[in-house]
Amino acid sequence: MTSELDIFVGNTTLIDEEVYRLWLDGYSVSDAVALRVRAGILEQTGATAAVLQSDTMDHYRTFHMLERLLHAPPKLLHQLVFQIPPSRQALLIERYYAFDEAFVREVLGKKLSKGTKKDLDDISAKTGITLKSCRRQFDNFKRVFKVVEEMRGSLADNIQQHFLFSDRLARDYAAIVFFANNRFETAKKKLQYLSFGDFAFCAELMIQNWTLGAVGEAPSKPDSQVDDMDMDLDKEFLQDLKELKVLVADKDLLDLHKSLVCTALRGKLGVFSEMEANFKNLSRGLVNVAAKLTHNKDVRDLFVDLVEKFVEPCRSDHWPLGDVRLFLNQYSVTVHSLDGFRHQALWDRYMDTLRGCLLRLYHD
Amino acid sequence: MPGKLKVKIVAGRHLPVMDRASDLTDAFVEVKFGNTTFKTDVYLKSLNPQWNSEWFKFEVDDEDLQDEPLQITVLDHDTYSANDAIGKVYIDIDPLLYSEAATVISGWFPIYDTIHGIRGEINVVVKVDLFNDLNRFRQSSCGVKFFCTTSIPKCYRAVIIHGFVEELVVNEDPEYQWIDRIRTPRASNEARQRLISLMSGELQRKIGLKVLEMRGNAVVGYLQCFDLEGESGLVVRAIGTACTLDKLSSPAAFLPACNSPSKEMKELPFNEDPNPNTHSSGPSTPLKNQTYSFSPSKSYSRQSSSSDTDLSLTPKTGMGSGSAGKEGGPFKALLRQQTQSALEQREFPFFTLTAFPPGFLVHVGGVVSARSVKLLDRIHNPDEPETRDAWWAEIRQEIKSHAKALGCHAVVGYSESTSICEEVCILSASGTAAVLNPRFLQDGTVEGCLEQRIEENLPAGCGFCHIPYDELNMPFPAHLTYCYNCRKQKVPDVLFTTIDLPTDATVVGKGCLIQARLCRLKKKAQAEANATAISNLLPFMEYEVHTQLMNKLKLKGMNALFGLRIQITVGENMLMGLASATAVYLAALPMPGGIQIAGKTPSDGSYEQHISHMQKKISDTIAKNKELYEINPPEISEEIIGSPIPEPKQRSRLLRSQSESSDEVTELDLSHGKKDAFVLEIDDTDAMEDVHSLLTDVPPPSGFYSCNTEIMPGINNWTSEIQMFTSVRVIRLSSLNLTNQALNKNFNDLCENLLKSLYFKLRSMIPCCLCHVNFTVSLPEDELIQVTVTAVAITFDKNQALQTTKTHIEKSLQRASTDNEELLQFPLELCSDSLPSHPFPPAKEHLESARSNSGIPAAQRAVTVEKASPMGEGNFRNRSAPPCANSTVGVVKMTPLSFIPGAKITKYLGIINMFFIRETTSLREEGGVSGFLHAFIAEVFAMVRAHVAALGGNAVVSYIMKQCVFMENPNKNQAQCLINVSGDAVIFVRESELEVISTQQPTANCQQSCAGGEVTT
Repeated sequence: MTSELDIFVGNTTLIDEEVYRLWLDGYSVSDAVALRVRAGILEQTGATAAVLQSDTMDHYRTFHMLERLLHAPPKLLHQLVFQIPPSRQALLIERYYAFDEAFVREVLGKKLSKGTKKDLDDISAKTGITLKSCRRQFDNFKRVFKVVEEMRGSLADNIQQHFLFSDRLARDYAAIVFFANNRFETAKKKLQYLSFGDFAFCAELMIQNWTLGAVGEAPSKPDSQVDDMDMDLDKEFLQDLKELKVLVADKDLLDLHKSLVCTALRGKLGVFSEMEANFKNLSRGLVNVAAKLTHNKDVRDLFVDLVEKFVEPCRSDHWPLGDVRLFLNQYSVTVHSLDGFRHQALWDRYMDTLRGCLLRLYHD
Repeated sequence: MPGKLKVKIVAGRHLPVMDRASDLTDAFVEVKFGNTTFKTDVYLKSLNPQWNSEWFKFEVDDEDLQDEPLQITVLDHDTYSANDAIGKVYIDIDPLLYSEAATVISGWFPIYDTIHGIRGEINVVVKVDLFNDLNRFRQSSCGVKFFCTTSIPKCYRAVIIHGFVEELVVNEDPEYQWIDRIRTPRASNEARQRLISLMSGELQRKIGLKVLEMRGNAVVGYLQCFDLEGESGLVVRAIGTACTLDKLSSPAAFLPACNSPSKEMKELPFNEDPNPNTHSSGPSTPLKNQTYSFSPSKSYSRQSSSSDTDLSLTPKTGMGSGSAGKEGGPFKALLRQQTQSALEQREFPFFTLTAFPPGFLVHVGGVVSARSVKLLDRIHNPDEPETRDAWWAEIRQEIKSHAKALGCHAVVGYSESTSICEEVCILSASGTAAVLNPRFLQDGTVEGCLEQRIEENLPAGCGFCHIPYDELNMPFPAHLTYCYNCRKQKVPDVLFTTIDLPTDATVVGKGCLIQARLCRLKKKAQAEANATAISNLLPFMEYEVHTQLMNKLKLKGMNALFGLRIQITVGENMLMGLASATAVYLAALPMPGGIQIAGKTPSDGSYEQHISHMQKKISDTIAKNKELYEINPPEISEEIIGSPIPEPKQRSRLLRSQSESSDEVTELDLSHGKKDAFVLEIDDTDAMEDVHSLLTDVPPPSGFYSCNTEIMPGINNWTSEIQMFTSVRVIRLSSLNLTNQALNKNFNDLCENLLKSLYFKLRSMIPCCLCHVNFTVSLPEDELIQVTVTAVAITFDKNQALQTTKTHIEKSLQRASTDNEELLQFPLELCSDSLPSHPFPPAKEHLESARSNSGIPAAQRAVTVEKASPMGEGNFRNRSAPPCANSTVGVVKMTPLSFIPGAKITKYLGIINMFFIRETTSLREEGGVSGFLHAFIAEVFAMVRAHVAALGGNAVVSYIMKQCVFMENPNKNQAQCLINVSGDAVIFVRESELEVISTQQPTANCQQSCAGGEVTT
């Protein structure tokens, strides 16, 4: 006796969260059954293995049918074939687009191209995430990227509107899209200690302050920007950043800057002497990063540079985070007192974001 | 020109990409009614076209309005080649034709293609302006309301219940026409869908005409079926009960006085009745007994006589009237005469209802059924369907005579079905013989003194059990006792019926689903030889099915079956029998005796030991079942009941000798005598097998109940969560070991496993009950068995189920211990049961709360409810879900029941009767047979919901999947499926919305609001 056909269709589509998770994780039906057995479901419910198999198959089939709709979540809401309560729809979408930390760290900043897709087996082998799940996550990134790529307005809002994500997930995807678009290098060994959350945090700050969208919102330039986009960094701004070079190129200015900072921080910093000794190096590092951002290549290396030029030196001197904060605050505020320096607004736009990023990046 | 149909095409969405180059579609719409077609403009390059068309107006006859469906075709415009069809929508405009139903059809309909399935949606608005015209010879029957519900619909009251209406129409099946060889599968499917739609429209119109002739205004319990006779044609037939209904318009009807549907059912009809107490029923002089009578007809010969049903069928007066005379008590005779006069004018005093207004049902005789094997013949002239008519007339006549033999003048819970394999067709009809109160059958003439006396005399809750036949002249041997309730009238020891449990019946404990399953191998044969073989097998199958039912009933410690449905399915090399019913313990009937096992001749000790071992096992099971279903009837001392009634001429075959059945009818003595204990003789391995199979039926896991009736006897505190589902399984038998036993085992396992799967799938709803569990068996091919189940799971308030679950747990624990040393059947159940922590989480909780015994404080209760949602599924509710954009799709509930728990039906919008064909030539790509059928059934649900929503409704009640014919050809990568569904579209309002502050049942409210967090169906 073999089962040729075995289906269950409810007027309300049954969603088993546990099975959904297994499906999303890319397990085959038989693996999923084995995992469910291991989780003790047979003992809990008194079911037989055959029942479990049939149940799992059924859920997998349902998910497979839903997958097409999940690719365009608004369709899931408007479709008539599956009657699913709204809370469940939200769950389906949220889980489908959720991603693994390990996976996103591998892909973050890479071009979402066929080439990258080919590397997924390596990523799968490296992270222990099934290839199927890797593909889903990669395709999700790419799909969201494609949809919002050409859109104007807030990146996170666009994503939320078109994919019905929660706030949190929409912001994460904004970061992923932003990184993919700007191709920031995140895979270097010295960046391995950083989590996706760290990068997402930085991405949000950069989107808020450094993109065309950020300028568009500024009252100073009302609707002068046709390309009101969050995806690309403001080219003009990057160009202008060269002007900051004077802070380190002009020796007097640099000395003055240093002495002002040191005066302000004397006695407040546990690592004062180290700071004093390193000030010029650190300042050079930070300003040079800014000045180099005109080149795409250097934009990509932004995080590498920040870690090399600032995080690592401080860390090797064992600066506590509190000291780093004090220093960075003082360092950026003091520039306002440098009479010879004219680009205060530019400095603030650069440094406010950078300070936020650096503080986030500064950990073990 | 009595009607103007107006249609507006508003917009489309989610259309498929028809132009690969642009990834877009240039869509336009054709609107067709009868022979008139309109077109919208082409909306270029969009998958979400906004046509916003003018109103297309069709001026048509009301006859056409009833017959024709509105046909909407969405196409992709192509400048250079033929336009490609995207899909179609058929809209039945019937609901717009009666005043009280829907006034407009407006909404999003799935665009359906028989090859590709649903391909986007289209927004359509449909209206009808009807002009009155009074003078014509009417061919139309606009205004007659149709209900699938097999009881008087809520919010109506029955003024008169007129009786049986039937009609059938025949046609050639387009699939078998010569043209089918040259047209595409799509064209062929569409021709079929359209034809069936037309035929059902015509059928409904003709039935409506009959109803008007009877001066009725509605058909209740309308059941329409298709017989796909293949080469010989297509038959669409329908039966129903004509009624005159009055709408209950008083606002009082809207007051949600009760939370339980059962209460609601009682209170509804006959509000205006001058006698407020109509609950008691039946005449004063009682009668009694159970009966099961049947007679498979052997007439397989081609019916060439073309007698119209109306002719030649004057009731041959036989035993019916005779017995009436003999029965004691002039009063009974009076009643009988009156009723009879009311019924005798009717050709067939049949009623498709299964639940009745209080007082309608006086006595129940027992199940009557008839089957007949026929050879199909090509239908030569579609306009003269006499042959099929005559077949059915013959069977109905037989049913009628069986009822008479039981001293009954009417048949209730009546239904008809067919099973077709190649050119052989088994026609079946069954119902419950009954004596009815004439008050509802005629226009208020009968009432008067008679009625009052009825009311005085009858104790509520047992009247229907009293035997209607003459105890001295019983149609079959039965064991009569005085009613355990009123102790005045006689009752049989068991009662089988096809109806729902009367709402006023007194039941002890809870009920449960019982199934008898049986397979019989049959030689492959042609034509007449085949029909003969089948006819010869039928009586044995019936006998065995009946024996199984009886055994299982005893094993449950119960004494009555309701909703009995016996399905015999014919295949090329086997016959399958599946009987389902809901067993209960009626307080009025005697306590069932146990089952005793008798070995063959006394033999060696080990054999004896084995027998006694089995005996113990059976006795234990009975005891356990009694505990499980809470069957502990009050003890009644023998003296009160009196001495057993002297047996009337035992075992004389009265039915046979007295009934006018022709020679070809075989009467079988199915009652098992009057032995107190039921004796099973184990004289061969077969019998051994039977006993084993008795014991393999596993009760549902704790927290679950199941029944095939509308409501579960013993549970009446339903909460609002319902989940309707359809499950289909097909198994392939290995052709090697095809013996009857192996077949039986396979079939048994198939059904049991299916049930187990359902319990597992629905575990998050515990405590819940599967209601209206409807199994359908078909044999699509040689070695394939297909079982289709439709049912609804309904949650109930577990606080009132405390007792039950407590015993559940104890029971299972106990079982674990007692079973441990045994070798028998439950290997898997055993290991799970013996784990102390095993049962579903809520069950554990029950145990705790059961111990604490007294009511839990309300605040705490809310918590327990949350905890009660077991497994991962429930947890999500606790977490705050991210806000989702508002869905535009309204929830439409579907249920096979006639009510929605915790809600009030405020309006019936019309009947839903849909027929779909789906075909694929890329079976593998669509996920194999399972993927294909899964998607199709989901689509059918979607289309039903969309139509209901467009009518303005939010639920379908009395939903039924009447047909699910699945054919596959894996070698060709092809499959085809036909599905026919029907139901009543309604608007319901939650009781909690009607009555904001409910003081009487805080518990129920709490439960409702907790469960209400999730919008489900």
